[in-house]
Amino acid sequence: MQPAAAPRTPGNAVPPTDAQRRALERTWSDPPGWVGWLAAVNHKAIGKRFIVTAFGFFVAGGVLAALMRLQLAKPENKLIGPDLYNQLFTMHGTTMMFLFAVPVMQAMAVYLVPLMIGSRSVAFPRMNAYAYWVFLFGGLMLYIAFLLNIGPDAGWFAYVPLAGPDYSPGKRMDFWAQMITFTETSGLLEAVIVVATVFKLRAPGMTLNRIPLFVWGMLVTAFMVMFAMPSVMLASTALITDRLVGTHFYNPAEGGDALLWQHLFWFFGHPEVYFIFLPGLGFMSSIIPTFARRPIFGYTAMVLALIATAFLAFGLWVHHMFATNLPELGKSFFTAASMMIAIPSAVQIFCWIATLWTGKLNFKTPLLFVLAFFFILVLGGMTGLMLASVPLDLQVHDTYFVVAHLHYVLIGGAVFPLFGAIYYWYPKITGRLMSERLGRWNFWLFFIGFNVAFFPMHWLGLHGMPRRVYTYSAEMGWGTMNAIASLGALLIAISVLLFIVNVWRSRRHGEPAGADPWGAGTLEWSMPSPPPACNFEAIPIVHGRDPLWEPQHDPKAVAGLAVDSREVLLTTVLDAKPDNRESFPNPTIWPFVGAIATTVLFVGSIFTPWAVVWGSVPVAIALTAWFWPRPTDTSAHLAREQQP
Amino acid sequence: MKAAALALALASAGALTACEREKRKFEPPVGIASGPAATRSVSVRAGPTEPIETARLASTEDRRDEYNAFAVNQGKRLFRWYNCNGCHAQGGGNMGPPLMDDKWLYGHGPADVYATIVQGRPNGMPAFGGRIPEDQLWQIVAYVRSLSGQLRKDVATSRADSLAGAPPENVRDQEKPIARPAPAPQPPSTPASGGS
Amino acid sequence: MRVRHALFVAAVLALGATGAAAQGTVPLAPGPHDALAATGPQAAHIGALWNLFLALCTAVFAAILIACGWALWRTPRAAVDTPPDLAHVDRHEPGPYRSVALATGVSALLLLFLIVASVWTDRALARLPLEQAINLRVTGHQWWWEIRYEGSPESQTFTTANELHVPVGRPVVIQLNSDDVIHSLWVPNLSGKKDLIPGRTATLSFRADRPGIYRGQCAEFCGYQHAFMAFEVIAEAPEHYEAWAEQQRREASEPSDPRGKRGKEVFLGSTCVMCHTIQGTDANAIRGPDLTHVGGRTTLASGTLPNTDEDMKRWIRNPQQLKPGVNMPTSSLAEADLDALVTYLRGLK
Repeated sequence: MQPAAAPRTPGNAVPPTDAQRRALERTWSDPPGWVGWLAAVNHKAIGKRFIVTAFGFFVAGGVLAALMRLQLAKPENKLIGPDLYNQLFTMHGTTMMFLFAVPVMQAMAVYLVPLMIGSRSVAFPRMNAYAYWVFLFGGLMLYIAFLLNIGPDAGWFAYVPLAGPDYSPGKRMDFWAQMITFTETSGLLEAVIVVATVFKLRAPGMTLNRIPLFVWGMLVTAFMVMFAMPSVMLASTALITDRLVGTHFYNPAEGGDALLWQHLFWFFGHPEVYFIFLPGLGFMSSIIPTFARRPIFGYTAMVLALIATAFLAFGLWVHHMFATNLPELGKSFFTAASMMIAIPSAVQIFCWIATLWTGKLNFKTPLLFVLAFFFILVLGGMTGLMLASVPLDLQVHDTYFVVAHLHYVLIGGAVFPLFGAIYYWYPKITGRLMSERLGRWNFWLFFIGFNVAFFPMHWLGLHGMPRRVYTYSAEMGWGTMNAIASLGALLIAISVLLFIVNVWRSRRHGEPAGADPWGAGTLEWSMPSPPPACNFEAIPIVHGRDPLWEPQHDPKAVAGLAVDSREVLLTTVLDAKPDNRESFPNPTIWPFVGAIATTVLFVGSIFTPWAVVWGSVPVAIALTAWFWPRPTDTSAHLAREQQP
Repeated sequence: MKAAALALALASAGALTACEREKRKFEPPVGIASGPAATRSVSVRAGPTEPIETARLASTEDRRDEYNAFAVNQGKRLFRWYNCNGCHAQGGGNMGPPLMDDKWLYGHGPADVYATIVQGRPNGMPAFGGRIPEDQLWQIVAYVRSLSGQLRKDVATSRADSLAGAPPENVRDQEKPIARPAPAPQPPSTPASGGS
Repeated sequence: MRVRHALFVAAVLALGATGAAAQGTVPLAPGPHDALAATGPQAAHIGALWNLFLALCTAVFAAILIACGWALWRTPRAAVDTPPDLAHVDRHEPGPYRSVALATGVSALLLLFLIVASVWTDRALARLPLEQAINLRVTGHQWWWEIRYEGSPESQTFTTANELHVPVGRPVVIQLNSDDVIHSLWVPNLSGKKDLIPGRTATLSFRADRPGIYRGQCAEFCGYQHAFMAFEVIAEAPEHYEAWAEQQRREASEPSDPRGKRGKEVFLGSTCVMCHTIQGTDANAIRGPDLTHVGGRTTLASGTLPNTDEDMKRWIRNPQQLKPGVNMPTSSLAEADLDALVTYLRGLK
């Protein structure tokens, strides 16, 4: 028996009536109260908490680094012993790489991509919420473990046999390995969401050729994630089974291989730094055009450079293993690949410089952070070329030279653009501008502090200081440079504090921003700040790469989408021609409950393999409840299908 | 409400066990009885032909390493290093009795195993008193008891990075120890020439 | 005949005396632990490549900064309401296009050049002449280095720990194994590093072309005392090396004084024999460094402490204070016994 057709209200007009605007706001808002907060699926709600959580981990990782620098500030310091120090550097690396750098980029995408492509939502909104909760719980699990003295202590890339069952007793490395499972699950789900969103939810007329470069960056990153993360999941699962039930994946005596871990980990690990770097490039390509007052030069070259980087990134991983006894000729292949990947990055840098050269510059804080990239990242790229060479790497591998390099490329290539991005999009997210004055103080302290902290490390590495040492003797002569580096770390800490103060104060005291405080050209600047719950009161129709700059054409927007249910317009992949209409789900608590059940399963399986069996039951229940169709929704959807 | 309380209780239990399990104790505790003094500088020999004074065995102290994964792991390493495997294999026994079953000739408690290692036993168990430091002795005792599954599963060691023998200690069933009367010591026909 | 015999005896004694004297003298103070202060061909090749890379990378970095800086300097200023320049939307921009294409082309060529330079250096490293090489086998342990000099016949082999002697001008080939976790052997003045991976045997070759003491250390995180897993490579004139090697092959010297004798008793009667070897005594365990000639080494505790009476006493009394987590236990020896033990060990030259 067919359910009775629900009465159909007409879709939105262009421009929508006031009643329709109010209906849209009601439809797309999250329910009130704390249950509503847990049940939220609106991408902006999830995106904001995702960004805040990732920055929370950034601060935690920074505190760990500050402790390390305090210990290393003078030789033979007795502040922190080897056991705690090992946990500190492991937690610092793990936090920054797994809990901050990759998630924050995905978080920015979750917030910004629908706004940039003219959509009301991300694809799979409930899965988006679930991925956030899984990430949060995984990070919390790791930190609770750390506070209970079960924090990992074998390095953020956990080489076996040191991280294996024989040399890392207790549960410390099990928590690390299981944290990987959490963050990789979250990362993979977010990657799927990004790809589906970018391919199917774009506004009509926004051909792939017209999407903003940040969206390209996230799309390419998402594909990389999908190909690389399974490798580390495999590696960490094999480590868990080696430790928990006695398999022999990494046991040479029984046919396993210690290098298997390195291959599997770095096959993921090298692309991972590009998961962090490519979105940073996307930020650059968003901010530079706005503050150079012209569209980016060389859009097509930039897109091809992103894609080339992604492909090449999978061919570099052995450069982390140059000191092992792999065949020398084979290693040279990876030297060549590691150098060649500089070419697409160079193309991007040259195109940005060309854009700056031929534009007119507005020196606001976002641009300052972006300009720092040209100093810091490029310097890091130069040391990267040195490390790509096998003979040079054999001297400086596993020394502070590498520590310097990795911080130059990650902070210069991703964190500085990220800070710029926060200054840039904060007005859109909150409706208020951040303080320019505090922003400049923030920027200069960070820039100077960063160089003071990390440049001496090049010298230290060349003069023999290895990584991961809890102290060093006075005769080595490393004391002065270490003291300078620790001073730089202090400056960085102050600058981050200023940033937090700026973010906090500007919520209430920042200058109100309108829809487009920077005069930018992309779609996210077309709606009020902060955006209404539905993002766009009418889905725009796009005719160029910078829709707000280029002259308007008719038709301007899409009419007829429902205002009383979460209806979205699907378009074709290449040319964004309207393809289908779909009803997206309403807020629901089941992603949160599912994440709790998943957490119980994952954490339980640290202690007993039976948790995998019994823990699946609550997960199955949660997933079943999640997907169980609701009669009201079904009849409403059917009603829309029956009427043309 | 009850569910929340139960969850809190479980979490606290997890937290408390973690505290003891994950400690890394590098120095022996202050006030520990020092190892039995060496009475003569001869090589290790099976005993006892003359009793050696053993230190007073504190009953609360002797179990401390059994809740500490690091200590048990150290015990496993020392079991290998000091060649206990030479007679006991990896617990399966050979010249020496198996350590992973339920039969304990001289007692299965930590104090008993300690005494056996320190004093030696007839028919070939050397006296390690004075040879192995006190804190290492207790680590070995804890490991030996894990061979028959007496330790908690999250504290017992997992597989070693070596040829696999028996299943790892953390998956072994807990044996219920039975005391057997000690066999009569065989009169030494030739003077024990000292092992190792 | 008797004159010749006497001369021969005198020559042997003189050689022995020179060897003994060489043990007593420290040839040079340790040099800087520095990858850029090459004292052998391997490090020198790498140093030359470093200079090339440094020069080229600095030039490229400067060029990019200048381009960027020039752009920032000469570009007109704007505000948020300055109308964007849309003149080139969907149109070719020949000027910037040429510049970007040229810069990319030049970059690609420079990169190719660097790749070739790198592979060329790799090739040079692989071509170290290995005739008359000293053959060593180094096994990494948590947290010390076991060093075995291969010899032929077999009776010429000997084992030491944490200190390598090599003759100047002769290549050294080291087989690298690990007993537990991954370590990495690195002597920056002499060569790049190589990992010691359990289950695998790696090879490292180098040659020291100048006499000196070159510090090396572990360069792969290996646990609690990775920070203090150092060793020394002492490059000396061939005669000195031969004398040293000959001395190493001998058994431990017998103590002549009462304190030394008591020290030997203490050594053999307490916990030391469970882990250490002293050739010529009953002590032949292989879990810790070989102590047969420990008195003659320049450092203790894997390059961490100088080899003096006081330091050795501190080390034996409580190694955990100096290197927390190390596998050597604290000792419960009485002070007098500890003194005697140190006298004995320091006499094992």
